[in-house]
Amino acid sequence: MATLVEVKNVTKVYHRDTLEIPVLQNISLDVPEGEFLALMGPSGSGKTTLLNLISGIDQPTSGAIVIAGTDISRLNESALAKWRSRNIGFVFQFYNLLPVLTAYENVELPLLLTNLTKKERKERVEMVLKVVGLDDRMEHYPKQLSGGQQQRVAIARAVVTDPTVLIGDEPTGDLDRKSAEEILTLLERLNKEFKKTIIMVTHDPHAAQSARIIRHLDKGELTAN
Amino acid sequence: MNVLKLIYKNFLRHKLRSLLTMLGIAVAVLAFGLLRTVVTSWSYGVEASSANRLITRHAVSFIFPLPYSYRSQIEAIPGVTKVSFANWFQGTFKDQRFENFFPRVAVDPETIFDVYTEYTVPQEQLTNFKKQRNSCIVGKKLVEKYGFKIGDIINVTGDIYPGEWQFVVAGVYSGKDKSADETQMFFQWEYLNERSRQVASWATDHVGWYIIQIGNMNEAPAVSEAVDAIFANSAAKTKTETEKAFQQSFVSLSGAIITSLELVSYVIIGIILMVLANTIIMSARERIREYAVLKTLGFTSFHIVGLIAGESLFISMIGGTVGLLLTFPICQGFGAQFSTLFPVFKVAVSTMVMAMSFAVLVGVVAAIFPAYRSARMTIVDGLRQIG
Repeated sequence: MATLVEVKNVTKVYHRDTLEIPVLQNISLDVPEGEFLALMGPSGSGKTTLLNLISGIDQPTSGAIVIAGTDISRLNESALAKWRSRNIGFVFQFYNLLPVLTAYENVELPLLLTNLTKKERKERVEMVLKVVGLDDRMEHYPKQLSGGQQQRVAIARAVVTDPTVLIGDEPTGDLDRKSAEEILTLLERLNKEFKKTIIMVTHDPHAAQSARIIRHLDKGELTAN
Repeated sequence: MNVLKLIYKNFLRHKLRSLLTMLGIAVAVLAFGLLRTVVTSWSYGVEASSANRLITRHAVSFIFPLPYSYRSQIEAIPGVTKVSFANWFQGTFKDQRFENFFPRVAVDPETIFDVYTEYTVPQEQLTNFKKQRNSCIVGKKLVEKYGFKIGDIINVTGDIYPGEWQFVVAGVYSGKDKSADETQMFFQWEYLNERSRQVASWATDHVGWYIIQIGNMNEAPAVSEAVDAIFANSAAKTKTETEKAFQQSFVSLSGAIITSLELVSYVIIGIILMVLANTIIMSARERIREYAVLKTLGFTSFHIVGLIAGESLFISMIGGTVGLLLTFPICQGFGAQFSTLFPVFKVAVSTMVMAMSFAVLVGVVAAIFPAYRSARMTIVDGLRQIG
C-alpha cells in the first residue's frame, strides 16, 4: 500500500517563558493508506503532540509532515484550516460535541464548510448516523445521549466529510468497557469496510489491539514497532 | 442548519443572562431616546422659527418693555411688510403646579395671525376674538388637555400684572404642521393695556416685543440694523434679531442643563457597552474549547470572529430595536404629561438613527476583545481549556 502519512524528522519544542521543553525529537513515521495505527506510550511521551502535528492543528518546530502528497508544515493558518476540513476527521477523548446542537446538527457542522446543498448534507448526515447506529437519535442533544452514543456522534462528525485520515485521541478513554468495545468495533469497521486510514492514540493495550500497527512513544522518541 | 442558527442557539444557551443583557440594552436605548428627545424638543422653537420674521426687544433685557409708539416707526422701514407685538403675561391657572403652566401672551388681534401664518383660526372665531376685548384664542392641545369650549371663561391669577383676570374663549387655533406650538393662549393686548393702568402702570402703552415680518429674508440684517439705528438714542434702545436667534437665546439660557442631558445620554451608552462586553467576554471564555473544536473541524478564525460578533450584534440589535419601539409610547406619554413645557415632543429621525447606530456600535465594540482573543488562540491551547 502507498504511504499516506509521512512524518519526516519532526522535532517539536514548546516554549514556556524562557524555558524550552522538547516534546518530540527527530521523529520519523510512515503510515500506509488504509492502515489502522495505534500510538501508545506513557503520559508525557508526546503521542498527543504527534497526533496534533499529523492532524494539522499544531506545527512542528522542524521537519516535515506530508499527507497525501501535501507538506502541511508549510501551509499557513487559513490554508491549513481548509486542508483540515477536507482531509482530517478528529475524534476527541471527551467527544467535544456542541451542547446546543442536536446530534444531526453536530454531524452537519463540518459540512457547512463545503458547497453541498442542504439536501445533500441531509443525505450525508443521515447516512453516517445510520452507519454509527444512531439514526433514531438524530434530534437528541448531547446531554440526552450516553457517553458511548456521544462518541459515536463524534465519529459520525469526523467521517461525514469523508476525510483522508481519521484521527482518534484516546477515543475510548472516557468510556466504560462496553461502550469502548462498541467504539473500537466501529473504528475497525470504518477501517475495513470503508478503507479509512486511522491513527489512534491510546493508553489502553486492549484498545490498541484493534489496530493493525502499534507504535510506542517514550520521552519523545519512537521506541519499537 | 447554518451559522445564523448556531448564533441563535448560542444566544439561547444562557437565556436569563442573554435576556437581561438585551433588556439592559433596551432600557439604555429607551433612556437615550427619551433624553435625546428632551434635548431636541427643548430647542424645537429654534427649528420651527421663520426665516422672514424678526424680533425686536429691549437692548438690555427681554423683561424690559418697549414703547408702543415704536410700532409706526418700524412699519415705515423699507422691507418691513407687517409689524405685530406681544407681551408675556404669565399668571397662574388653577394652581402653581408645573403641569398647569402654559404660555399666556397678550397680542395684537389684528395682526398676530398674519405674521404667524403657521397657525390657523376659523374666520368666524377670529372675528369674534377681534370684537371682544377680554376674549382669547387657545391652542388645540390646551383644548384637548383642559376641555375648553367656545364661551368658557378661563380664570387666571396675575403676578406680573396683579389681579384676577378672566378670559373668554373665542376660538381655537391649530398648527399647519406638527412642529407648531399648540399650547399657547393669546388674548387682546388692549385688554392688558387697559387694566395695566390700574395694576401695572409701568407697562401701560408698552409692549414686550415686536414681531416684524419682512418680505425678503435676505434683507434681515439690513432691516435689523435699521430698526436698532432708529432707537439708538432712545431711552429704550432695541435689539433686533432673527426669530431663530431670539429663540436660540432662550435655549442657551438652559445650555448647561441640555449639555448635561446630552452627556448623560452618552454615558448610558457607555455603561451598556460595558455590560454587553462583559456578557460576551464571559460567553466567549466559556466556549474557548468549543471554538478550538470548530477550528479543528476546519472553521477559520474569521468564522469564530463572526460567531462572537454575530451573537453580540444579535443581542444589541434586538435590544436596541425593542428599546426604540418602546421609546415611541414612552415619549408620547411623557409629551402628553408635559405638553405645555414641550409643545412638540416627538422622537426625531436623527434620534432613531443615533439610537440604532449606537446599538450596532455597542454590539461591534463589545465583541472586539473576545473575538480578537478567540481568533488568536491556538487550537492546542483551546483544547486544553476545561469547561
